[in-house]
Amino acid sequence: MGLTLSWLSIIILIPLAGLFLRSLELSPEQFWNILSSRRTLNALRVSFGLAFAAASVNLVMGSIIVWALVRYRFPGRRIFDAIVDVPFALPTAVAGVALTSLFAEKGWLGAPLAALGIKVAFTPIGIFVAMIFIGIPFVVRTVQPVLQDLDPEIEEAAGSLGASRLQTIRRVILPSLAPALLTGLALAFARAVGEYGSVIFIAGNLPNVSEIAPLLIVIRLSEFRYADATAIAVVMLVVSFVTIFAVNRLQRWAQNRVPAR
Amino acid sequence: MTIEVKNLVKKFGTFAALDGVDLKVDNGELVALLGPSGSGKTTLLRIIAGLDWPDSGEVSFNGADALAQGARERHVGFVFQHYALFRHMTVFENVAFGLRVQPRAVRKDEAAIRARVKELLDLVQLDWLADRYPGQLSGGQRQRIALARALAIEPRILLLDEPFGALDAKVRKELRKWLRSLHHEINVTSIFVTHDQEEALEVANRVVVMDKGRIEQIGSPNDVYDNPATAFVHGFIGESIVLPVDVADGAVRLGDRPLALAVDGLSPGASKLFVRRHDMLVGPPGSGAFEGAVQHVRTFGPVQRAEVALFGGETIEIDAPRDRELRTGDRVGLEPRRYRIFAG
Repeated sequence: MGLTLSWLSIIILIPLAGLFLRSLELSPEQFWNILSSRRTLNALRVSFGLAFAAASVNLVMGSIIVWALVRYRFPGRRIFDAIVDVPFALPTAVAGVALTSLFAEKGWLGAPLAALGIKVAFTPIGIFVAMIFIGIPFVVRTVQPVLQDLDPEIEEAAGSLGASRLQTIRRVILPSLAPALLTGLALAFARAVGEYGSVIFIAGNLPNVSEIAPLLIVIRLSEFRYADATAIAVVMLVVSFVTIFAVNRLQRWAQNRVPAR
Repeated sequence: MTIEVKNLVKKFGTFAALDGVDLKVDNGELVALLGPSGSGKTTLLRIIAGLDWPDSGEVSFNGADALAQGARERHVGFVFQHYALFRHMTVFENVAFGLRVQPRAVRKDEAAIRARVKELLDLVQLDWLADRYPGQLSGGQRQRIALARALAIEPRILLLDEPFGALDAKVRKELRKWLRSLHHEINVTSIFVTHDQEEALEVANRVVVMDKGRIEQIGSPNDVYDNPATAFVHGFIGESIVLPVDVADGAVRLGDRPLALAVDGLSPGASKLFVRRHDMLVGPPGSGAFEGAVQHVRTFGPVQRAEVALFGGETIEIDAPRDRELRTGDRVGLEPRRYRIFAG
């Protein structure tokens, strides 16, 4: 108990407290001015907006991937299963470079897309793509064990009670997976908001257009404007905290609803 | 509703789960499919329910082809061994499920659904659990809810796959009696699968004994116990003494000892003689078909169980009434009151 608490304090709580204390050096007015500047607002909008969009895409695509991995037996299934973890393991900078060269105007995917008039690299779409890439394992890995646990017999039961396939999915499967799906969504979102390494390579980093909040923090730090950096950091911290707290509540609710067998 | 199954074949790879099964179930019957695991009984049940499809053969309900319909259209209540309740729904919503997913044109209104669910929960005597989640119930309660859920759609047929298989012995016995009286009350044509002979004999009107994808015998509980049609049925239902015997030259032999038993209608060759333990009557030496020496006696309840070494080389266990005490070392004659000899 003591060990857990001291370790938690050293690793997590003390740095976070430091961050808050630092931001207290600012008057509320200064704090507000930093946050309401056009560049900060745009950076936060890019980060949160694109992170949410990417997490939503991951929710849908991740669910489909999980369904295939759990319910079907096909050659190479185990390899695909392992590949899902690549974004976890790959250094984010490597991911960024790889995505950038792939989607650059002369890249394998970038060239055909450019021919269609879609520019991915060095635009907000690039950020979106990178966020999808790094977020997908969160959805897959949260939903997978729950789906594995879901007895296929309950689908047969629903069918024999007269439910159509669509009714079975909507009334039985989705509600059973809902807590896991929401948790996956929240984790993918939290990760995408904080992503730095892979995004800055592909983003183009144009202020107000494709500049993410974490990058703005780094820029402010390099300009020795520590107070500005901390103010942005505090906002991101609060959002992450709220997200994680929501995930926690969600899991507790799901557990209460379905006590251990 | 009558169910008729004709020449059903189902293979999983090279394994024949069903190998030419014919069965007719009459309206209002309660039939048990009894057999060891791998005998094909669950596969047969799932095909009748529309959860599996045969490679060939026919299934018809009241003479109409059932294989043309999916599980959804067949209107069959199915109860799973592991309940398959919807864990995110309350007991009430579980039971109401079948009513809520009906096409809008025939769906009942909310008040009627509530009344029907209440009626079913009363029927399974669990109305006080309506607001709980399945995870909060005991195994026996879950299975009764699963049954109420299956009955909600007023099924034409009720199918139960090892309904008490996951429950402990005491609960299982209670539920057996309960299922029998429930069937008496609602009188819907029912088939249940079990590997427990006691369960089959106690609950069903008719028992279908299966082995290796084939039906070995169909009959009343009394019939399959007293007049087993095959060696398998004799060995599987009730406890039997099995002796390897030889039929040749108009005599039955155990080892080299001829036995004073009729040979009418037996084909010559190596055979097996089946006797129930309590059908071996004990007499003085030389009085019966067999003779042997008592090795060991244990007495409990109304019977004494004796281990007897037969002259001819086999040792058997018999149950004898306690009117004549047996002692270790006694020489006795044994006469089988009823017995069957099967070739092979």
